[in-house]
Amino acid sequence: MPTKTDILDLYFMDSRAKLLDIASYLDRLDRHEGETDFRQDGFLHALQTMLHTKENRAAAVLNALSDHSSTPEDKATIQVAFGAPQSINK
Amino acid sequence: MHYIEPHAHMVSRTTADYQQLAIAGCAALCEPAFWAGYDRASAQGFYDYYRQLTEYEPARAAKFGIPHYCWLCINPKESEDAGFAREVLQIIPEFLDKPNVLGIGEIGLNKNTKSELAIFEEHVEMAKKYDLPILIHTPHLEDKLKGTKLIIDSLKNANVDPARVVIDHVEEHTAGIVLDAGFWAGMTLYPESKCTAARAIDMLETFGMENIWMNSACDWGISDPLAVVKCALEMRKRQHTFKTVQKVIFENPARFLKQCKNFKLPETP
Repeated sequence: MPTKTDILDLYFMDSRAKLLDIASYLDRLDRHEGETDFRQDGFLHALQTMLHTKENRAAAVLNALSDHSSTPEDKATIQVAFGAPQSINK
Repeated sequence: MHYIEPHAHMVSRTTADYQQLAIAGCAALCEPAFWAGYDRASAQGFYDYYRQLTEYEPARAAKFGIPHYCWLCINPKESEDAGFAREVLQIIPEFLDKPNVLGIGEIGLNKNTKSELAIFEEHVEMAKKYDLPILIHTPHLEDKLKGTKLIIDSLKNANVDPARVVIDHVEEHTAGIVLDAGFWAGMTLYPESKCTAARAIDMLETFGMENIWMNSACDWGISDPLAVVKCALEMRKRQHTFKTVQKVIFENPARFLKQCKNFKLPETP
């Protein structure tokens, strides 16, 4: 199995670039007019979740961005998914 | 290297993609019925689609030496209108004897509605009636966790043998739920809305290499028909042995698909 150094060699630069993309995305949102919506609330919540979770971070982020209700919806009003629940799961 | 692509929507792809798949070592390919990117205007549209899946695509794939198999159903997005979906369901049995049909799929949920669930359950009954395996689509993004749980509850209520069901598009928060319940899991290498190669390998390392496969689900969206073989390369970079890679990309899908009466183990080097 690869060592931590091997993993760094394989993925550090890619992850660094993705981290910068997130930082610049947050700046971009701040720089533009208008209001954000539930998607950004979910994003920030997921970001905090990731930072405060010590293992299984990917699952924690996905859970933070999931609908946790358990009963079927009466009907579909849209066909698409947005990537974040309409209200934050805490 | 040779591999099986267990989930690709070739009706949306070019013939050049078949050529690339063949060059990359694709030994067999499976195409579930799905949403075409728009809602069909009539049930008859599905009749034509099933002909495409059972007649035209196998012929197109055969030109490149790739055996083409398919799964049949009406997809969950078009199951919201239950009356329409039931019209389509009546067409399906006519095609189940076609030589490249593997089973019922990709059925599942989209927005986790009562209607989608009812049509899902009717598909499951059809699979039981005709003794066919099932391929399941789990919902996208925020709807996946809830949908996966609803699907598993429904399958348990229907007393379906989990070893004959593959639940696709798992991610880190659903893979364990699916595998712990005895179902097969599929990981879809569709980076924006599902998972990357790096994450798929993380899941293999975390949840084990048994009863799991990976697929490209290449379709009309931004997707890559060669995603599986590229992930195999990534596995080699992560120091997985050639034998392990072959297990994940060929032997595992072959082991599940051998449960389908029409599936023949493809010729390999």
